[in-house]
Amino acid sequence: MEQIIANGLYLGAQYALIALGLTLIFSLMNVLNFAHGQMYVFGGFITYSVVSQLGMPFIVGLIASAVTLAAMGALIERFLFRTVIRRSAREESTMLLAAGIAFFLDAVILLLFGEKQRGVPKIVNGVFNWDFRLIMPYDRILIGVLAVAMIVCFILFMQYSKAGRAMRALAQDRTAAQLMGVDVDRYSMIGFALGAMLAGLVGALLVTITGINLGMGGPTSVKAFMMIMIGGAGVISGAIAGGFILGMMESVGLSVLSSFGDITYLVIFASLMVFLAIRPQGLMGKPWG
Amino acid sequence: MLRRTFLRTTTLAAFATLALSAAHAENPTLKIGFVGVTSGPAAAWGISNQRSMETRAAWLNELGGVKIGDTTYDIEIVPFDDQKDPKRAIAGMEKMAQEGIHYVVGPNVDDGAAAVRPVAEQNGIIYFPYAFPKSLYTPPASNAILGMVANYQSGPAIYKYLMDDKGVKTVAFVAANESDPLSQRDSGVEAAKALGLDVVSDTVTYQVDTTDFTPVLLPVIQKQPDLLVLSGVSPANAPQLIRSARELGFQGLISTETAQDATVLQEGAGDLANGFISVGGASTPELASDEMKEFVDRYTKMFGEYNDESNTKVYALEYILETLKADPAAIDDVEEFKKTVDTFSAPNPFMKGDAKLSYVGTTSFGQKRQVAVPLVVNEYKDGKFETLFVAEVD
Repeated sequence: MEQIIANGLYLGAQYALIALGLTLIFSLMNVLNFAHGQMYVFGGFITYSVVSQLGMPFIVGLIASAVTLAAMGALIERFLFRTVIRRSAREESTMLLAAGIAFFLDAVILLLFGEKQRGVPKIVNGVFNWDFRLIMPYDRILIGVLAVAMIVCFILFMQYSKAGRAMRALAQDRTAAQLMGVDVDRYSMIGFALGAMLAGLVGALLVTITGINLGMGGPTSVKAFMMIMIGGAGVISGAIAGGFILGMMESVGLSVLSSFGDITYLVIFASLMVFLAIRPQGLMGKPWG
Repeated sequence: MLRRTFLRTTTLAAFATLALSAAHAENPTLKIGFVGVTSGPAAAWGISNQRSMETRAAWLNELGGVKIGDTTYDIEIVPFDDQKDPKRAIAGMEKMAQEGIHYVVGPNVDDGAAAVRPVAEQNGIIYFPYAFPKSLYTPPASNAILGMVANYQSGPAIYKYLMDDKGVKTVAFVAANESDPLSQRDSGVEAAKALGLDVVSDTVTYQVDTTDFTPVLLPVIQKQPDLLVLSGVSPANAPQLIRSARELGFQGLISTETAQDATVLQEGAGDLANGFISVGGASTPELASDEMKEFVDRYTKMFGEYNDESNTKVYALEYILETLKADPAAIDDVEEFKKTVDTFSAPNPFMKGDAKLSYVGTTSFGQKRQVAVPLVVNEYKDGKFETLFVAEVD
């Protein structure tokens, strides 16, 4: 049982961090960023290049991923989403744009980084073993702690910084925020950059444990969407809750249901359908409470 | 950066190919198709396949082409990405038919290979799938030729070796929840039971997009098998599964019947992958001929990095060309090709010694519908593969 809970918490921490970026972008711009998974993959590959190919420390890879993805996010918002949102009132226009960016990034990743699975050396060696009741490699513990620390930093940033307050205001009421003097364009761009940066950071963190490959983008996006559906789209606390709930469901399901074959995700999807029928807005439904 | 070097090399290779094409412009072109997956999660399978063909074709063209009968041909590879989707595989095979291509390598997976069968048979195409369903190779089917060793051929050989040499008595199977790995798991379980192994776990499966295998492997490791078989595991998942199993304290042997890449294992699992047993080809130092070593060099120069999976994929194009050389009438008549298959034999350029290229499969399929490639079983150690044993298949 201890092992199942520990696995669930570890999965939940990384899932929550993935979902945060997605929910931030949705709350600010009402954009479903289907390319979020590809941004995660891009971040992982950048860290791989910096650490394994250039031989630099992991922290440099982490920073490089964060900066690159933030810049990529800002450029995508400035030159693609902002233009489309201005020219088209139809919501599906941004959805199609996001899907197009996802395919584009897939092709770029294949061209730049190749088709192979990549990984970087463990950043910490050794395994914590509590009498075989709880086994957890130290690098997973470290990544889990870093993920939680980043979530806390993100919450504090959103809560207490000027940019964070501006973005929360935007999420609550775009027009009112504009009337109060919030620079909508500027903070939309910062928000998108922050969301992309979070995706890149998770990719950079997890490349040390799960490795990274071209095909991870799509499934990561799907899981991220599941998390924000559980927690409530556009709500930070909802994304965190959704991440931990999904992580725990996965951990429990894979252990308890293993003798029945691979039915864990079948059960999760079925539960999600029932849940959404009862509470379509998710657990914490309203943007920014 | 390595990638920049790769892009520069690729550009140079493209120019070189164009220049060489111009130099040999007098040769007619023989088109050989490739239909397989070169995008998405399984891209590594098809890309290593396609690049093996392109490397060999460029090499042969550089040497002046391939003489079939009285005509010397330049070889052109016509690729099609089926995205691991049977509908796309059908579209790919139809494209090959429209281009008048009679010989195609691929598809890479079971459902794609089964889907293209009617198109191939209706349009006179011989195809070389990397897929294992026996119905594709057993009469009345006659247009498909298995391009590698099937898991139901390699599995029993590996298990027998491990029983005799390592004292393995219990085995557990883990597979991705997809048609190929599941069918490979089922035939592996059958083979293990037939050999007298005690199968302690065979129900645990995982999603192909799983990123954390610790919860997946926990119930398997608790059964403490002597051998953990990763049925049909992709090169992307293998390092993570090995790493999770070892981190959970598993001390037994780990094996698979698919081909793997040493660099991927090293990056993903490091020393934890030492002792991992997989199926390989002819590139280990004990087996590789000078021609195989040159193939690896050329591949590396063209694409920046070699993929060890290509050790098993270097053969299909060679078989097509050598069979056409043996019977030039087969160039546009696949019935001739089928006749030649029964008696064909040629030297194997990729292995040391007097190894031969020939068609086998009578035992498994009742007819010769499989390329005779060596069953090379490798053990990973410190960043490279070492040959554990070599066997033959029929």
